[in-house]
Formats: sequence, C-alpha cells, structure tokens
Amino acid sequence: MVAPRVGLLDYGSGNLHSAARALSLAGAVVTVTSDLGELRRQDRLVVPGVGAFAACMRGIDAVGGRELITGWLAEERPLLGICVGHQILFGTGTEHGLETPGLGVLAGSVEKLPARRLPHMGWNDLQTPGDSRLFRGIAGERFYFVHSYAALVAPPDARVAMARHEDVAFVAAVERGSLSTTQFHPEKSGEAGLQLLRNWLES
Amino acid sequence: MAVSLRVIPCLDVHDGRVVKGVNFENLRDAGDPVELAATYSAAGADELVFLDISASSEGRATTRDMVSRCAESVFIPLTVGGGVRSVEDVDSLLRCGADKAGINTGALERPDVIDEIAARFGNQVLVLSLDARREEGMPSGFGVTTHGGRRSAGRDAIEWVRDAVSRGVGEVLLNSMDADGTTSGFDLEMIRAVRAVVDVPLIASGGAGTAQHFVEAADAGADAVLAASVFHYQSLTVAEVKDALRAAGHTVR
Repeated sequence: MVAPRVGLLDYGSGNLHSAARALSLAGAVVTVTSDLGELRRQDRLVVPGVGAFAACMRGIDAVGGRELITGWLAEERPLLGICVGHQILFGTGTEHGLETPGLGVLAGSVEKLPARRLPHMGWNDLQTPGDSRLFRGIAGERFYFVHSYAALVAPPDARVAMARHEDVAFVAAVERGSLSTTQFHPEKSGEAGLQLLRNWLES
Repeated sequence: MAVSLRVIPCLDVHDGRVVKGVNFENLRDAGDPVELAATYSAAGADELVFLDISASSEGRATTRDMVSRCAESVFIPLTVGGGVRSVEDVDSLLRCGADKAGINTGALERPDVIDEIAARFGNQVLVLSLDARREEGMPSGFGVTTHGGRRSAGRDAIEWVRDAVSRGVGEVLLNSMDADGTTSGFDLEMIRAVRAVVDVPLIASGGAGTAQHFVEAADAGADAVLAASVFHYQSLTVAEVKDALRAAGHTVR
C-alpha cells in the first residue's frame, strides 16, 4: 500500500511534533505546513489545536484555514480534528462569557464543562458507537484528555463517542462522512492512540 | 466512566542523565532518560515528569534535546520543569515536544509570569511545581522552599498555591521536601491542606516507599501520584502501584 500523505495544518498552535511523529509511526508521510497549496496536494488533513478556542480561531483565520477546511470537507476529503481542532468545527465557542463563532461544520456549541475539577486532565474511557471506524479494535481503551471546554450535546447527524467527567457527559469523538474528530489526544494516548490513527489512515 | 488516577514516574535530569538523591543531595546516576521513558511508558505509566536540575544553560540545552528524543518514541504526556522563567521558556519546551511545563522559582520571583503563560498557551500547559515543607511561623504550618528545598522562600505554601491557581496554573505538583527521598510515605496532611483550597488536578510527590503509600495519597485527595526512586531502583513497578490502587477502589488505566 502506498503511504497516505497527510498535511498537518500549522497555525501556531502548540505541540505539532508529537502529532506529526505519531502519524508517521502510524504509516503516514507527514507534511507540517501552513502553505495552503501544499496542504491541498495531500491526501488527508489533520487540524490540531491546543489552548483557547478564540485564539485558535484567530490562528486558523490568519493562515486562511477556514476556506481550506470547509472546502476540504465540501469535497468529502478525509479530515481529522484533534482537541481544539475538534472544538472549532462546532457552531460557537463560549469562553469567559464571550461567544466566538466556530466553523459551524458541526451543530452545537462548545462550553466550559460544569465540573468541579478542571481542567479535565488524564485518561478517560468512552462510550463508542458500534459501527465506528476510528475505534475498530480499541473499544474499551482509555484515551488522554486535557481540556476545560467541550461540546455537551451530540450533533444529531453524526456517529458520536461520549465520555463523562464527574456528572457531565460530553462529546469525545465525532465521525460523519469524511470528517473525524477527537476531543482527546490520540498522539498522547499510547498504543490505543496509535491504533486510532492507523484506523483513521485506513478508513 | 471516570478519569483514572494517574501514576507518574519522575525523572530528575542533570545534564541529560537521570539522577536521584535524598533531599536533592548525593546525586546518583539512575540511567538514560530516553530508555527509561520508553520502559515506563511500556510498563503502563500514565505520564512522565522530567525535572531539569542542571545548573548551566548547556545542561538545559542538553535536557531540551533529550525531551525531543523522548517525544520521538514515547506517546504519553510529557511534563518538563526546571529553569522556566518566561513565556519563551515554555514555548521552547512545547516546541521540543513537551506537553506541559512545570514552573517553580520563576513564578515565585515574578508571579505575573503565570498570567502571561496562561494567556498565551492556556492554563492546561502550566504546572505549579511546589516544593513545600513544614515551617514554623507560617499561618498554615507549611512554607515554600526554593533551590531544591535548601532555602525558605518566606511564603506560606497554601497562600501561594491559591494565588498561583487564581493566576492560571492548571495543575499543582506538590512535593514534600520533608518526605522527599525518605520512602516513609507521602505527607498526607499537606496533600489534604492543598486539596482543600484548589480545584485543579493535584499531583502528590515525595516520600513514596510502598504501594500502600500511593493509596494513602490518593485517599487524601491526589488526582495523580508521582515517584522517582522506587521506580528507578525497581523496588516497585507501575503495575504493582496500580494493582494496589485498584484494590483500594481507585480507577486506574
């Protein structure tokens, strides 16, 4: 099999090193860049993200990522959003009472988790959909989360994995058409995370 | 469904090598950091903490290189502390492949740096590394130390941890300088005292000797338990610690 070419969108958000290295180990040829032309030549696109929703949206807009992502999905090409890269695909993000529009690809909003212990940090388990591509062979594994905000309501038109922090259920992963997203960090989730990346590359 | 209690081996790194001493003195070589990191990850460690105790800028550069090499092959969260004083220091560690940065003396010297780092990267990247000990004259009975526990910072530990969390640290690594290296158990009173005032995740450190000690720290309110020598010298495995935690009713991976 020819190794899939994966573009990792670099818009100044956090640690891309681990995501690039984990995708390579999972079998991809990875290009980390903010060059839209070069990204469009890849087979698959990964949108990472660490930190604040509004800051990430500014970063995305600064490199022209909005058009890249919406155009990519309109062409039904495979895209994986990780952590804030998952969150910005929703309709809005609310931080410190301020609403920031997201890309609106997924219905719903991203809000502060109404939990006592924040950030939600560590390895959590999920309820995965039975027909999931991402979780094939790794249902029941734990994945590494680090976040204080999440989508609390599942988009109605997608296959969704839910997780729980304290009494709060939230969206942990989404699969819809060519779009896959995870609130957790597969690149930091050990062997299970690498298997999820392999599953995505083979889907 | 619940987030599991994390078991974290800590690697004290000096000029690119893992070392261990008692109360930061009499340092002994404990192995190659990258090899140890891979071994711990395979053994079920949930996360790794590197504390860079190098005194020189060359030593710190060696540590950053070591973190990069770790991030090449170890796919669990990596926290790196030691010598962090600015937004740029955190940026440079994240670029090397660290997921979180620990801050200690740098924040005591200039607390505003916490606000600056949190504003840039979010509070989830910043861990307050708090070296505390029992100290007479402090309102809570616990004082902050610097220089590996050798000097009093002249600050109340509980008051400082409150301030640091309100400024934006996303996690607290509480290291008891009285218990560190003694293997006679965590300082449970100190864990309870810090737990009572902060809602961010709390990592208990210092004093682990037996698997039961980790259970006590978890019972006292820690979200994660950290140790160095018991793991380096193989008197305990990560699996043995997790078995004890599980038997006591804690959720582990």
